[in-house]
Amino acid sequence: MEHYISLAVKSIFVENILLAFFLGMCSFLAVSKKVETAFGLGFAVIFVMTITTPANWALHEYLLKDGALSWAGLPDVDLSFLGFISYIAVIAAMVQLVEMVIDRFSPALYTALGIFLPLIAVNCAILGASLFMVEREYNFTESAVFGFGSGVGWFLAIVAMAAIRQKLRYSNIPAGLKGLGITMLLTGLMAMAFMSFSGISL
Amino acid sequence: MGNTEITTTPELKVIDAKPKEKLFSRKNKRALTDPLSDNNPITLQVLGICSALAVTVQVKTALVMSLAVIFVVSLSNVVISMMRKQIPSKIRIIVELAVIATLVILVDQILKAYMYDVSKKLSVFVGLIITNCIIMGRAEAFALQNKVWPSFLDGLGNGLGYGLILTVIAFFREIFGSGTLLGYQVVPQALYNAGYENIGLMVLSPGAFILLGLIVWVQRSITKKYVE
Repeated sequence: MEHYISLAVKSIFVENILLAFFLGMCSFLAVSKKVETAFGLGFAVIFVMTITTPANWALHEYLLKDGALSWAGLPDVDLSFLGFISYIAVIAAMVQLVEMVIDRFSPALYTALGIFLPLIAVNCAILGASLFMVEREYNFTESAVFGFGSGVGWFLAIVAMAAIRQKLRYSNIPAGLKGLGITMLLTGLMAMAFMSFSGISL
Repeated sequence: MGNTEITTTPELKVIDAKPKEKLFSRKNKRALTDPLSDNNPITLQVLGICSALAVTVQVKTALVMSLAVIFVVSLSNVVISMMRKQIPSKIRIIVELAVIATLVILVDQILKAYMYDVSKKLSVFVGLIITNCIIMGRAEAFALQNKVWPSFLDGLGNGLGYGLILTVIAFFREIFGSGTLLGYQVVPQALYNAGYENIGLMVLSPGAFILLGLIVWVQRSITKKYVE
């Protein structure tokens, strides 16, 4: 249990997927202008990431890995080169599926998350989490915890940034620095703050 | 992806009714050169930042990454432009993703075969070219409406513009962060003896964010366009 808590803390704070690995920057910059929308997108990312990372783990473990097809009588087949295209297909399909399920069972949640779900299919953070999961050879539970933790980390970063940018409207910024420039500088400062968590080990 | 600010440049649209056009007409030349400065994909269109920062600790990885992106973006533009009349608009995103993912797998396999150490350093970021906003953005905004040759030039130009910024960031990060350039020591030993130290922050992520912020500031002050 401790191992999983430590993994979660690590993926939320110490190795924040946005601030340490730069993943999901595009939607981070585009959607962090208002806190409400940032909240919605962040929540949708947590949701999708917690589902797709273990789903891709299963795909990798039982279909793509070297020797993974031995249950089908094909122990010599190595399909790992098909990884990228399968993961992105799983993510796109999962997003569609999640969208339909939410629409059916919770229309209120659907109206809140609806517009963000298609955006997520091409968010690099989601694919990045799956690729890291494969590279670090996590097991099923670890990959679920890692997916959830990375999602929460991304959520925290985007909501914090949206709050800062709302306040920023009242400040006097040099013309060339407005928009992207000042946002990058702020992200840098935020990344520095998150780095101070790096001493923590549970 | 998911950027709402994808900009099409309407004056670049090549009209289909005029089949005879010079190979390097003014329009085509602009498709190639615009993304280098006036319409740079990273600093002005705000696309593809994800990977721009992660691979820029060293100039070498930045160069390899730029080459990979130039290859993928120009070829994906060519392929999608060739298929633009066949792709139904409802499923165009998944078709684009399939084309891009296939090209990225190609690049990844080539890197693993011939430059194994660099491919280990780039780790997951080669795979993440798939979700690089520049490539999807150019396919959506340019290749779906234009003929093959202008699309190729547009892809090439955007790839080069991306590579340019990547190399500049990597140059500063490597010199200030580790005192080397392409692996060779450039900061003289005498300077270290006099008490100079490498700036550790440059190697870490905050350095990259701040450096990109400053580059954007410089570029936007010069071009004076796109001030938000």
